[in-house]
Amino acid sequence: MSWNTFATVAETKKALDAKQVSATELATHYLDRAHALQPALNAYITLDREKTLAEAKIADNKLAKGDAAPLLGVPIAHKDIYLIDGWKTTCGSKMLENFIAPYTSTVVKNMADAGMVTLGKLNMDEFAMGSSNETSHFGSVKNPWDLTRVPGGSSGGSAASVAAGLAPASTGTDTGGSIRQPAMFCNLTGLKPTYGVCSRYGIIAFASSLDQAGPFARTAEDCALLLTAMAGFDPNDSTSLDRPKENYSRDLAKPLGGLRIGLPKEFFGEGVAPGIAKAVDEALAVYRKLGATTVEVSLPNVKYSVPAYYVVAPAEASSNLSRFDGVRYGHRAAEYTDLMDMYKRSRAEGFGAEVKRRILIGTYVLSHGYYDAYYLQAQKLRRLIAHDFKKAYEVCDVVMGPTAPEGAFQFGSKSDDPVKMYLNDIFTICANLTGQPAMSHPCGIDKDTGQFVGMHVIGNYLDEARMLNVAHQYQLATDWHTRHPVL
Amino acid sequence: MTWEVVIGLETHVQLTTASKIFSGASTAFGAAPNTQATMVDLALPGSLPVMNKGAAERAVKFGLAIGAKVNQRSIFARKNYFYPDLPKGYQISQFETPIVEGGSLTITLDDGTEKIVELTRAHLEEDAGKSVHEQFDHETGVDLNRAGTPLLEIVTEPVMRSSKEAVAYAKALHGLVRYLDICDGNMQEGSFRCDANVSVRPVGQKEFGTRREIKNLNSFKFMQQAIDFEVRWQIEQIEDGKKIVQATVLFNPETGETKAMRSKEDAMDYRYFPDPDLPPLVITDEMFARIKASMPELPEAKCARFMSQYGLPKYDARLLTQDGATSAYFETATQAGADAKLAANWTIGEVNATLNRDEKTIEQSPVAASQLADLIKRISDGTISNKIAKTVFETLWSGDGASVDAVIEAKGLKQISDVGAIEKIVDEVLAKSPAQIADYKSGKEKALMSIVGMVMKASAGKANPAQVNEIVKRKIS
Repeated sequence: MSWNTFATVAETKKALDAKQVSATELATHYLDRAHALQPALNAYITLDREKTLAEAKIADNKLAKGDAAPLLGVPIAHKDIYLIDGWKTTCGSKMLENFIAPYTSTVVKNMADAGMVTLGKLNMDEFAMGSSNETSHFGSVKNPWDLTRVPGGSSGGSAASVAAGLAPASTGTDTGGSIRQPAMFCNLTGLKPTYGVCSRYGIIAFASSLDQAGPFARTAEDCALLLTAMAGFDPNDSTSLDRPKENYSRDLAKPLGGLRIGLPKEFFGEGVAPGIAKAVDEALAVYRKLGATTVEVSLPNVKYSVPAYYVVAPAEASSNLSRFDGVRYGHRAAEYTDLMDMYKRSRAEGFGAEVKRRILIGTYVLSHGYYDAYYLQAQKLRRLIAHDFKKAYEVCDVVMGPTAPEGAFQFGSKSDDPVKMYLNDIFTICANLTGQPAMSHPCGIDKDTGQFVGMHVIGNYLDEARMLNVAHQYQLATDWHTRHPVL
Repeated sequence: MTWEVVIGLETHVQLTTASKIFSGASTAFGAAPNTQATMVDLALPGSLPVMNKGAAERAVKFGLAIGAKVNQRSIFARKNYFYPDLPKGYQISQFETPIVEGGSLTITLDDGTEKIVELTRAHLEEDAGKSVHEQFDHETGVDLNRAGTPLLEIVTEPVMRSSKEAVAYAKALHGLVRYLDICDGNMQEGSFRCDANVSVRPVGQKEFGTRREIKNLNSFKFMQQAIDFEVRWQIEQIEDGKKIVQATVLFNPETGETKAMRSKEDAMDYRYFPDPDLPPLVITDEMFARIKASMPELPEAKCARFMSQYGLPKYDARLLTQDGATSAYFETATQAGADAKLAANWTIGEVNATLNRDEKTIEQSPVAASQLADLIKRISDGTISNKIAKTVFETLWSGDGASVDAVIEAKGLKQISDVGAIEKIVDEVLAKSPAQIADYKSGKEKALMSIVGMVMKASAGKANPAQVNEIVKRKIS
């Protein structure tokens, strides 16, 4: 069998249905390639051939019986933040280095119900805290396009695995841009849905009011197929939206005539690399050619996104990570004198520097006397930013801009300066604060650095189908998304 | 100097839901350790809380019963601290916007006076698990069966002025939550436990003294002992010129003393913030109306009804209506034909005292309400005296005897109302009592009582007392 390792999900499903390839052959192919490229890329934390092939065999049996599960037999790899029963689930941390999940997250279960075969667990920034994948306890993931550069974060393994053809698709999570920024850095399409569209049950919480699951794929068409499988109301997650299942592929073919694209001046100012600005301008020209019009809008409060985020996210994280106390599971120090000492040593040993930094920030901002000044103010800013977007959507259908102000950077270039690192998420964070859907699709190259540029598409609440339609039409007219690294 | 005692109570009431407040695990007491704990109760990564509406319903019921403001939109918050039996590292509770605010409870003191105790709030929260120290050498076990059990924490204003008032309030609250069927009231199993905030101040002083909080009082007796000790201790300290330091204390039933666990200096900063995993708890208008319609007759209304319907004095009516089981017992007896005033006297008196003696609840009473009714009917129709009735009651209580009539028959307790028979006994007694007769004749009224007493004794208590009185009087006048 010779298999195009860069085939899309749609193509893969077609080949399976046409019996050109079996689920087992696909699983074997991707496992072999993942193993071969693991030393170079470090994309996976866990690969389990036996488990994967067992799932593939079941899929093949079902395929033989004509089972109509929509993605039956298509392999997928999951960020190591999703619990899967019987699989080691580390969240990129020493704290959970040996933690075997006793249940399966709803998103993974939904994808399994759609027939997808689990390839393995993907590397990530520790507890999803990072923008470069340099905080993983299991070592950083390399960008398949340039091994000296970061793949983005925190879902770095999710991006690198698909970009390198180690999987046709993957899951990520996005708390401040952790899907969209790595999608840009690795030239992929990645989507963060509206908060509440995908269940958070069984996903290790970073910042509960911001976390959202989403897919990585080569195309918007694939993202639509994947989101249709992932999404849905879950009674186990009280913040999950109770609404009917949606077919996110339904509007893909719609022409873009009449589409109004809002361009916030705040996304095109200083701080954006000139090469990125230029690529985005060229992409907008394509959109205009496809029938869209552009209109300048203003999001005056969006400049407060990063400070608001760095109050809310650490505050919630400091509380969410309290359960990692060495008592019931996870890392416990080998030696300690008493209970307090056990807590201190276990957490000091189990968490990395970035996680500790955020726990400290979060503990501080929630402390007596500071809560009003920080957390409450930040929550107010979230409402103001949401109001800005609401006004913008009075004159446009989607908002666009660059996904990140700068493309994939060299390892170590920002890891000593947290603020510099945090600013890489300046455009993505606002959608987490408001809960809106947002995606990144490939739209060119920064000629100054040779790095990929992502178009950030921010939609109104629950407008995923429209956004996917927009990106799909762009991808029908362009070929940036078809480029693959040579490995 | 005279001192005034100031007490406020915080009561943790375990709600009667079959499953936990945020998970589907059972809340039944006594299962093997950690067998009633789901992913949520174990705080496994990725687990999320889902609100049990049954707990909210019970809280609303309580709010309605005490005339409080029920917040149809309340907020869950995280109370952050580390402890091994707190698996998430935070307790889900309510902080800024609790489900119930205000309200009051009327209590009746021993002397019959009433007092209104104002409540501050009642909020929903989850219980913690249990640390088990006894079974392990140098180690501590953690049992998470109790973790996530729904609690309603009910907080009073600092309005009680004695341990007696505090106990009367606790008893009234205990009665009410059982009456509403929102708590089983089992204090041994920890379903109802109180923390008492106690301070003292010179009479007339406006400002409160520094308070100490006595934690986890799980019996009314201990509550009284603990508060009394604490009050004495605080007065002693102040009179010795020492200052009271705000602290959390524990009561030791063995020594009868309270002892500080931690002082305010190590008071924790709980870093409360709204729980992002739980949307606001909304009681819809429809749900609110449904709960309102399902409310049982409340003690206040029932008390008024008992007064008008049964012609009972307020004191009796109040005591009978403090909990649903007692009023049901009384009404069952009355409906079975017992005289209402006698039924009230017996329920408040003999039945209650015997229950207390045997540490039983009225539901566990060996003498059923229908049996009490039979007993009272025999008093009313003159078959037995009130005194003999107590003997019959005791017999039935201890399980000897199938029915009231059977006991009266078997023990020959039937009252003697035959004039000839009574006269015979009176004559015998009078023959032996010339001194008493002389006393009576010389104007000593008391001598008559003494003779009547001897006749009653001679009849083994069975002679009809009214008749004896009349016959003796006639014979010696």
